[in-house]
Formats: sequence, C-alpha cells, structure tokens
Amino acid sequence: MTTTAEPVTRPPAGAPDLSRRALSLRRRLTNRIFLGLFVVAVFVAVVPLGLVVWSVLSRGGGVISWEFLTADIPNSFRRPGGGVGPAIIGTLLITGMAALMAIPLGVLGAIYLNEYGKQRPLARLIRMMADIMTGVPSIVMGLFIYSTWVLLFETRSGFAGALALACLMLPVIIRSTEEMLRLVPDELRQASLALGARKWRTTVTVVLPAAISGITSGILLAIARAAGETAPIVFVVGITASTNWSLFDGENTALPAQIFRNASQVFEPAQERAWGSALTLIVIVLVFTIIARIIANRFAIKER
Amino acid sequence: MTTQTQTGPDPKTALSSRGGGPRADRSFQVLTLAAGLLVLAVLALILITTTREAWPAFDEMGLRFITENRWDPPSEIYGGLAFIYGTAIVSLIALIFAVPVSLGIALFLTELAPRRLRAPAVTVIDLLAAVPSVVFGLWGVLVVAPKLVPIYNGIHDLLGGIPVIGRVFGEPVGSGRNFMTAGLILAIMITPIITSIAREVFDTVPRGDKDAALALGATRWEMITGAVFPHSFGGLVGAVILGLGRAMGETIAIALIIGSSTQITANVFASGNAMPAVIVSQIGESTGTFTAALIGLGVVLFVMTVIINTVAQAIVRRAEIRMRGAAS
Amino acid sequence: MTTPNPKVETVTASDRPSVSINAPSTGWGAVGVDTPQAAGAPVMDLRDVSVFYGNYEAVRGTSMPIRQNQITAMIGPSGCGKSTILRSLNRMNDLVPGARVAGKVTYHGQDLYAKDVDPIQVRRRIGMVFQKPNPFPKSIFDNVAYGLRINGIKGNLHDQVEEALTGAALWDEVKDKLKQSGLSLSGGQQQRLCIARTIAVRPDVILMDEPCSALDPIATGKIEDLMHELTKSYTIVIVTHNMQQAARVSHYTAFFTAEVDEKQVRHGRLVEFSETGKLFTNPSDKRTEDYITGRFG
Repeated sequence: MTTTAEPVTRPPAGAPDLSRRALSLRRRLTNRIFLGLFVVAVFVAVVPLGLVVWSVLSRGGGVISWEFLTADIPNSFRRPGGGVGPAIIGTLLITGMAALMAIPLGVLGAIYLNEYGKQRPLARLIRMMADIMTGVPSIVMGLFIYSTWVLLFETRSGFAGALALACLMLPVIIRSTEEMLRLVPDELRQASLALGARKWRTTVTVVLPAAISGITSGILLAIARAAGETAPIVFVVGITASTNWSLFDGENTALPAQIFRNASQVFEPAQERAWGSALTLIVIVLVFTIIARIIANRFAIKER
Repeated sequence: MTTQTQTGPDPKTALSSRGGGPRADRSFQVLTLAAGLLVLAVLALILITTTREAWPAFDEMGLRFITENRWDPPSEIYGGLAFIYGTAIVSLIALIFAVPVSLGIALFLTELAPRRLRAPAVTVIDLLAAVPSVVFGLWGVLVVAPKLVPIYNGIHDLLGGIPVIGRVFGEPVGSGRNFMTAGLILAIMITPIITSIAREVFDTVPRGDKDAALALGATRWEMITGAVFPHSFGGLVGAVILGLGRAMGETIAIALIIGSSTQITANVFASGNAMPAVIVSQIGESTGTFTAALIGLGVVLFVMTVIINTVAQAIVRRAEIRMRGAAS
Repeated sequence: MTTPNPKVETVTASDRPSVSINAPSTGWGAVGVDTPQAAGAPVMDLRDVSVFYGNYEAVRGTSMPIRQNQITAMIGPSGCGKSTILRSLNRMNDLVPGARVAGKVTYHGQDLYAKDVDPIQVRRRIGMVFQKPNPFPKSIFDNVAYGLRINGIKGNLHDQVEEALTGAALWDEVKDKLKQSGLSLSGGQQQRLCIARTIAVRPDVILMDEPCSALDPIATGKIEDLMHELTKSYTIVIVTHNMQQAARVSHYTAFFTAEVDEKQVRHGRLVEFSETGKLFTNPSDKRTEDYITGRFG
C-alpha cells in the first residue's frame, strides 16, 4: 500500500464566499479581455466584408444595365459605354467546360480513394498529393497549361483556361466527394452486396445517390471558386472584344480578366467597367455558393 | 446455401456472372484508379513541363536566379531575389494580422458563441471566402490604398525617427500601393482558410478535457489556455502554415496592390513586387528567355508551396496521431 | 399504478436520526470516528431540485442531503438522471445550452444558483472526477499543478503536487517520471491522476461520475480504497451503475429511476434515499427492492 497523506487541513468551513468578488481581479479581467477580443475578431472580419460588398454594390450597381451585360467590350479603356457581354459568356463557357472535365474525374477519383484504395499506400499517396495539389497556386496551374497546351498549339483559347480551372477544381472535388462518401454508412453497402449487386453497381446505384447532395454541394463550391479565378485566365485565354462562342477557335475572355485589366487603369470608364464586372462576378459566385449551402443544409437535416 | 423458392433465381445461373460480370467490376475499379492516378500525373507534369520551359533561364542564371537582386530583361539578367523577398514580406504581414483574428473567430465559434449566433458568424466567414480575389484586388487598389496613405504618413511621422523600427515604417509611397496594403488585403483573404482549419482543430479537443479544467474552477479563458491550446497546438501550426501557402500563391490582388517595383527594403510602406504578381503582369509582353525566366519564378513558387504544404500536413497529421494516442 | 410521492420518503431519509451516521452498517464504519470535522453534518442540501433541458424536465423534484466526510452514492438504471443531478451540484450543467435548474441547491447554507454566485468559485470548491479518465496532454506534474496555478494557490508547488499525488495513492508509482505525459499512464493510474488533480486545489466536495466504469477490476479496487482514504478529508458524491460498488463504498445511497408521466414523457426521479445498509437490506420502496434484487433494470 502506498503512503497516504495526512488529512488536509482546511480553514473551518463556514460559509465560503462564492460570489464573483472572490475571484481575483486579475483572473476576472484576463478572462473578460480575451473573451472580448474573440468578439472583436469577428467584427474585424465582418467589417471588410461589409465594406467590399458596399463598394461593389454602390459603384457597380449604377453601371449594370442590359447593355452592360450584353454589349461588346470597347477596344479602348478611355471610351465610355459598351459592356462585358463577351466576358460573361466566356466565364460561363470556360467554367462550364472545366466543370465537365473535373466533375467526372474528381468523383471517380474519390470513389477510388473511399471504395477501393482506402488505407492502402497508393491511396494514401494520392490523398496526400491531392491535398498538396489543392495548395498549388492558381498562377502555377496557369503556367502549367501555358507551357503545355498554349506553347504546343501556339494559340491561347478558352479551352486552355478550362483546362487550368479543371486542374484547380480536380483535387477540391476529389477530397470533398471522398468526405461525403465516407459518411455513407457501411450497412447500405452491405445491404446492397447482400442482395447480389456487384460492387460497381452498389457504388453507382446505392453509395453515390446516398451522398449525392453533399457531393453536389462540394462541386458547386468548387465551381464558384473556379469562376472567380483570375491568374490562369489572364495569360492562357487571351483577350477578345466580341463574343467568341468557341472554346477551341481563337482567344476568349472572362469576367475576372476584365476586372484585372480595367482595375489598373486610371480612366474612369475602365474603372466603372471593373466595378460592374465585379458585381456581376460576385452575383454569379454567390448564386453557386448559396445553392451549395441550401443543398448542404438539406443534406444535414436528412442525416439526422 | 439458397433455399429454392418459386421466385428465386434459377440455380443453374444463380452463381454465374450477371450485371456485367466480374469484368465490369474490374473495369470500373481500373477507371476509378486512373482518375486517382491523374492527380499524381498532373503534379508530376507540372514540375516537368514548367521546369523544361524554364530551363533556358535556369541554365543562364544558375543559382543567381534566386540569389541575385537584379531583374533586367533587356540585358537578359534575371535575378529574382527581390520578388522572393516581396512574397515573403507580404505573406508575413498577412499572417501577423490574420492569425490572431482567425484564432479569435475560431475560438468564438467553438467556445463562446451562443448557438443562434454561430450560424450567422459561419456564414460571414463563408462569404468572405467566396469573394473572388480579383474583387479584393479591385477594392484594395481603388478604395483602400488611397485611404490608407494618410494613416501610413501618420505612423511614419510617429515612428519613423526611432532607430531600427523607423526603417520598417519608412517614407510611404504616395499611391498607397505597397507591401503593407498588399499584406492587409491578403490577411482578409487568408482569414477564412485559417479560421476553418482552426475551428476543426478546436473541435477535436475532447469535451472531457474542457470539463476537467472547468471543474477545477478555471475561467473560460484559463480553460482555453490550459485544455484547448495544448491539445490543438500542432494542428494550429499546420493551419498557419497552410495559410502561409495560400498567401504565397495569391496573385491577382497582390499584382494590383503591391506597386510593381523591384527593390528589397525593410520599409513596409514602400512598393515592391512578388513572384506571382511579376509573372502575371509581365508574361504578356515576354518572349524567349524572358518567358523562361517568368516560368522559372513559377517553378520556384511551386516548389516552395509544395514544401510548405507537405510540412503543414505532416505537422497536422502528427498532431492528429498524438491526439488519437491520447484517446486510446 | 399510483405514483407515491417521493417527498415522503426523502423527508424521512433526510430527517433520519443521527445515531446511525457515525456507524453506518456498510462501508467503513470507523471513518466517522477519526475525522477532524463534524462528520455527518450536511454540507450540501437539495430541496425539490428539478433539471430542465429546454422545456424537457429531465429530473424532477429531488430532495436529499450530502453529508460531510461521507460517501453518498447515486444509483439507478441509465437515463434516471443521476448524472444530471450530480452535474447540477457544481454547476457543470451551466455548460449545456438550454439547461436550467429549479428548486434549491445549497452549499453551507448558500444557494448555489443565487444571482451573485460565480460558477467558477463553486467548481473550485466542489471538484469533479469524470467517467473517462481525462488527464490533460501535459506532464504528470503539470496536470496536478494546473489547478494550483490557475487558482493562484500559494506555497511550494512541488510539495503541493507531491502531497496531492500521495493523497491519490499515486506518488510511489510516478515520482520518478513526473515529466512524462499524463497520457502515458495506465487507465487506472490516469484516473488517480485526475483525482490528484482535483484534490490539489483542496476542494470541499468531490463529485465522481462513474469513475470506475472505464477501468478493470484491479484498478477499480484501488480507486475504491482511495475513496475510503479520501473521506478523511473530503465529502464524496459518486454516481455509479454498479450496485455492488455503491454497497461497498458508500455510507448513504440515493436510488433514482426513470418514470413515464401522464403525458408519456420520461423523467428521472429520486425514489429512495437512506443509509446504504438499510437501502440494500431493507428498502422501504418496492421499486428499490425490485432493482437491487435484479428484477428491473
């Protein structure tokens, strides 16, 4: 038996002071100050968001008109009027094409990681590399496409931009989809397998549908991010003043590229176009983000 | 094994392959594997193709490409040290501002916020993450930079005379486009990512540890320093490094705000340049070795971010393993 | 079936003549003899305590005393609210959003839920040991020193840590590795480390929430021995799902059960509170008898 301590001597218990005053001022203040700072931190984040949104709304709102959304881009920064129609079309085409490439590949890759590879060394390597790829700067992705596609075919095009965006979206979709597949309970897989379904059927007809809203939400967020990407677009897509419906033939443009080009100009009409484009882009990105959140929330409720 | 019933499968074909057979299973698996391997292929291709295109510049400059401070395309001299310095200083400024704010928000969300305040606060962070970086750049260059100039002047007048510190807060550039403005805008942009990782990290702290601290009479802040921080230290380091990786790669906002001048100076109010910003603003007019040099900057950036992300992940993973060890 | 008013029993229990207090028929009857303070005087008192989560009344109408330097056990089937009541004794329930306590919990005559009472002061005096051993991811020394440091308790830190570890019967096992992580210890040692951490700040009352449920029988035995030692200096309230444990260690036992009311809502309820020997050998309530003889739960 180990040695035991003498009974603790304590001041006679009477009615101990339990009030807040009994807590030392230093402890009370430290606690208050730091908890207060947390709240301050939230406001520090809210303020710039509010200011950005207000700037874009107030300066871009006046610019937006039917003409602005549809007309061709003036070929001089100095000339007022015109619009960014070609850039809107370009954004939708390029982002859409990128999504078409990245979604199937990303979902398939996620299926490999969660349904086949699991904790095997190869799967862990892919998982780790996907995380690293998520952190690769978009400009590097642009340089990659530039040094392959653009230099190879000696032409900038919408498709080159779509390739760069697809490379940026791929790891994001893989990882978010894998997270969602992991939430699908194993009982569902076993139930399907016990009915005699093959594994690929189980995966396609049972596992994917069970996780579909979560997957969709992750994909929409990836698309929203890609739509706002600027760096790769600027130098692999090129520039056009009138709408180019072809992704392969000739140069194209997109909203982020328009904002970038116009933002660095001192001419009032160019800056106006930049604000208008920013508002348009934010609306497009927000629509995707909000839809993604609604779908995700539905999913969360169903989970419970 | 099967009990034959009227509706059951014909025993002769019951065990044979249907629905595409094992071959379909195999093909599907190979297909998914190919998609997974694509990640490895793309990463390898990025390194190979960009290095190949950058080779003329690497070949010409050697190590001076990253050690020399002279960027002179007409004379075919490409020493990018100033851009590496610019990237480092802007990222550092961004971290100094973003880390405390992000940790504060994350702690507010995990430890302090009443449930009904939690959702709106998360929404704000999500929206902050959703704003495209080019919009922050536009806002930064046209709205923020001019407004900050008087503040910079004030700080310079106040602290500029003090030795050492005075050199950091030197003469502000008139446009407000400088390291400091770029760092501040960058801080806003990396706050959501650090916040969301820090939140995940704080969420892994076991309820029991927090309860134990509170049951000893700890205040909420003492509980956070005593029970939450020791548990989440590794994860937080990882979160900060991931934020650093993001900051280093950010291009467009920096390109608009940093002011485009090739110099190495301690003065945070001076204009400078950063690797991604140089690439995006100069590649349009470049040819030959100049293009190679710009792609070379991309290779340097790529290698740096890969190293940083790998280290961050290793730290996060080790912290996770330690925590799991604690649980068992 | 008519529900008898539990108050009738609890009143009898709490008004039990003090004759039996110094010599409970189970547990360690000798304890009362050598305790320095007036063993058996109520330190805490619950009067008609109900705990609500939102609008749901988890436990209703509990009245019982907690007596000085004695071990009071709370037993009952799962979902009977025994842990909920335990957590209301040091305001740990405050941490659950929407939790609310009605009735009166007094500690040395002070209402614990009075407006100017600081939960931090309450927890400093009424410590808690949890179901799962939960040492901090720090060294053994720092685990014990944590409470001393935050509470700014003066004196030689090392001596006080040693005293607490000795008090928790752990000193001999860890004195050579105080710098090692608390997590490197075995489950039973971890739980004793948590007890050391709790007694280091010299609380008055120690609440134990199923402290042995994650431990093997040998480790459990050590903790039970330790609890016996601790009654020299502390008042202990223990929640346990293990009836034998309650019978072995406690002086008083409260039996809780879950009942469905007229609206088909489940509530936890105190059925019987009495001296442990009596409750296990001669329960006054049929439901207690059914439970301890294994006919229910």
